[in-house]
Amino acid sequence: STPGQHRWFCHTSTPGPHVCIVGSGPAGFYTAQHILKNHRTARVDIYEKLPVPFGLVRFGVAPDHPEVKNVINTFTNTAANDRCSFLGNVTVGRDVTVAELRQAYDAVIMSYGADADKEFGIPGEDLSGVYSARAFVGWYNGLPQDKHLAPMLDTDTAVVLGQGNVALDVARILLSPLSILKKTDITDHAAAALETSQVKTVYIVGRRGPLQTAFTIKELREMTKLPDCRPLLDPADFAGLEDKVKSLQRPRKRLTELLIKTAQTGGATAQETQRLAQATKEWGLKFLRSPLEILPSEDGSRVSGIRLGVNQLEGSDDSARAIPTGETEVLSCGLVLRSIGYKSVPIDDSVPFDSQKGIIPNDAGRVTGCKGLYCSGWVRRGPTGVILTTMTDGFETGKAVVDDLTTGILQPLGGVRGQEWIQPLLQKKGIQAVTFEDWNKIDSEEMMRGEKVGKPREKIIDVKEMLQVAQS
Amino acid sequence: FSQPTPRTEKAKVTVHYNMEGQTVTVQSKEGENLLDIAIENDLDIDGFGACEGTLACSTCHLIFEQPIYDQLEEPTDEELDMLDLAFGLTDTSRLGCQVCVTKALDGLTVKVPEGVADARDV
Ligand SMILES: Cc1cc2nc3c(=O)[nH]c(=O)nc-3n(C[C@H](O)[C@H](O)[C@H](O)COP(=O)(O)OP(=O)(O)OC[C@H]3O[C@@H](n4cnc5c(N)ncnc54)[C@H](O)[C@@H]3O)c2cc1C
Ligand code: FES
Repeated sequence: STPGQHRWFCHTSTPGPHVCIVGSGPAGFYTAQHILKNHRTARVDIYEKLPVPFGLVRFGVAPDHPEVKNVINTFTNTAANDRCSFLGNVTVGRDVTVAELRQAYDAVIMSYGADADKEFGIPGEDLSGVYSARAFVGWYNGLPQDKHLAPMLDTDTAVVLGQGNVALDVARILLSPLSILKKTDITDHAAAALETSQVKTVYIVGRRGPLQTAFTIKELREMTKLPDCRPLLDPADFAGLEDKVKSLQRPRKRLTELLIKTAQTGGATAQETQRLAQATKEWGLKFLRSPLEILPSEDGSRVSGIRLGVNQLEGSDDSARAIPTGETEVLSCGLVLRSIGYKSVPIDDSVPFDSQKGIIPNDAGRVTGCKGLYCSGWVRRGPTGVILTTMTDGFETGKAVVDDLTTGILQPLGGVRGQEWIQPLLQKKGIQAVTFEDWNKIDSEEMMRGEKVGKPREKIIDVKEMLQVAQS
Repeated sequence: FSQPTPRTEKAKVTVHYNMEGQTVTVQSKEGENLLDIAIENDLDIDGFGACEGTLACSTCHLIFEQPIYDQLEEPTDEELDMLDLAFGLTDTSRLGCQVCVTKALDGLTVKVPEGVADARDV
């Protein structure tokens, strides 16, 4: 073995390298999984700012997509590995610095995701009734920081700005029958608010055309099948696309075919046509429109509409650019959800950050210019991609760490390391880390509360209460 | 005289999984799907079956030989929708959790796509 490897076993109570992961979303867990599997002695400690694990699997994935959350079972297996620890309720950058972590660990991996959101920077964006989709999602999924959002749903028309999967998620939640939502793990406060919602029409607005939408076909197909809801698609938007479709790559081809079919027929069978005719709600896609200004109501108390600039496309494929034509129009609405993407933020001065791209600069997961520092997931690649994409990314970073540990690129630290080194720092600040066993208590309590009301779980939305249950 | 086969006894089907150039041969029973067969036999495929066969990921992506592919039942729209997100999609790709083996498929070879990392930039 290399000299580096040999020294792992000197001057230390717990043998093997100590690895720290910041963030317990899919990136953190998949990176941990890879390291634990491919390095026989490495210990992995996962730090998480919330008392509860799993990141956007818990707080992003829509409540009516429970299947997607099955990945939690794999993460739970990883956490059960006796070389893996979860330390929840620890905000890195505040409760402990990255510099401190780097003193305590042989390798430190940033997997803290993308917690902020992109803004347009247009007038009126701060009006009542305008929310980021990120906060709206956090509200219905029980993210503690968003529990007080209380979105204004006393309007018949909502506009979602952006045409990605998150945009379709929020549109679907706004339009789904309560009978469906109530059987999910949607937060109780969101279900109650949606029950009295007046929203009947949701427009999903994009600055480019039908061939540039970012949503995927599964989510679009769900929209076409929403009970009591009809699509409002303008066949003119798809004129001329039928010929073009044949030359598209399969995913874009199938997606475009579904859009065209939905726009043209409205319903393939007589039954379907009748269902759509009787629907009381509707959703529509508006293309080639960029918001210029969000307009206040007369008394200025809330949003009343959006002034949209009409665009034309330069180019025709994925990279086509939207060019303003100078023409504008007003779309009336009482609720605006901005869904143009999540954004990562720098965690700490000691970690390089590319604010242009919104990522930590890296090469195959190795942070540029910082030996021993790594990154994975949305903070590495940018906030796009499904769990599968994040999984691949996590495995790649995990491999970089294992390679560097085994080839001796990383010089092992001696003495007391890992959480044994960090825990006293946290205790001095009065921070009690939540363990995975503590989380299991929260988990059981949530499932028990859910069972009483016929849902898979009722999430605890208050950090204090989470900690109380954890310590019970 | 041969013993009549009990009605519950399902026909055995041999499946070859081709992973990173190596072939692993396992025995399964008619009616089982290719995700469950892989799991029951502890095939070590990183990240395989993330959504546990509920058609909500595409980690169980497998590539078939054309003649076998042609014998399979048509995929549903929902399967094709998820398959569209798979890395290294081919014309004979399917999701393992949606394909059940039959006696007629005995001895089939399925390929576990490689180079997931390379295909990512697509
Ligand atoms: C609304 C929405 C719906 C989605 N739905 C789907 C879907 O249906 N199917 C699918 O495949 N994918 C879906 N995705 C994508 C999927 O959620 C992401 O690919 C994945 O979660 C990214 O993983 P991550 O670990 O990089 O980030 P995250 O999941 O965001 O995890 C980051 C973790 O780091 C923690 N953290 C942040 N800052 C700190 C700090 N300073 N100290 C300690 N911890 C910190 C966070 O609390 C969080 O737990 C969805 C995404 C969103 C936004
Ligand atoms: S296991 Fe997820 S789609 Fe097959």
